[in-house]
Amino acid sequence: MDKELQGKIEGLIASKKIFLFMKGTPDAPMCGFSAGVTNVLRSLGADYNSFNVLSDMSVREGIKEFANWPTIPQLYIDGEFIGGHDIVVEMARSGELQKKIGV
Amino acid sequence: MTVQEIREKIQAGLPGSEVEIQDPYNDGVHIKAIVKFSGFAGKSIVEQHRMVYATLKDELKAEVHALGLETTVS
Repeated sequence: MDKELQGKIEGLIASKKIFLFMKGTPDAPMCGFSAGVTNVLRSLGADYNSFNVLSDMSVREGIKEFANWPTIPQLYIDGEFIGGHDIVVEMARSGELQKKIGV
Repeated sequence: MTVQEIREKIQAGLPGSEVEIQDPYNDGVHIKAIVKFSGFAGKSIVEQHRMVYATLKDELKAEVHALGLETTVS
């Protein structure tokens, strides 16, 4: 991955404690899994920023390599890759996600 | 890519694993894989999912739009 793209991705992740790469926007998700994660975050009242990967093909592909994770959505907390839809749902069920985001 | 082929790919990549594939819409696109594997022991859930994804590298680039995953240590 080129340095510029990597810097862009790192900058996005660093811009907020909780950061979500998703398809679509929180108000208009374009994929069921992205919608699922925004629902979880909303239900916890989480304050987060998101990036719509459908708006930028380089980020859409780059983020997969960056995280060594082949699918989107991808959730980051404090700069750490947390996981995709299934992991976020499971962590919310167990209470682990609430601890990480401090609610 | 049939559901059967996906199951075989995961099992080939994670020898000895038990794999159940669910294809709720019968479209081969929105698939869920339930994988039990002794090799998941001591790995985080992210690492466990990465191990499954690695067996389906090419499929995830192409036809499988989204793969739901549930992993447990067998």
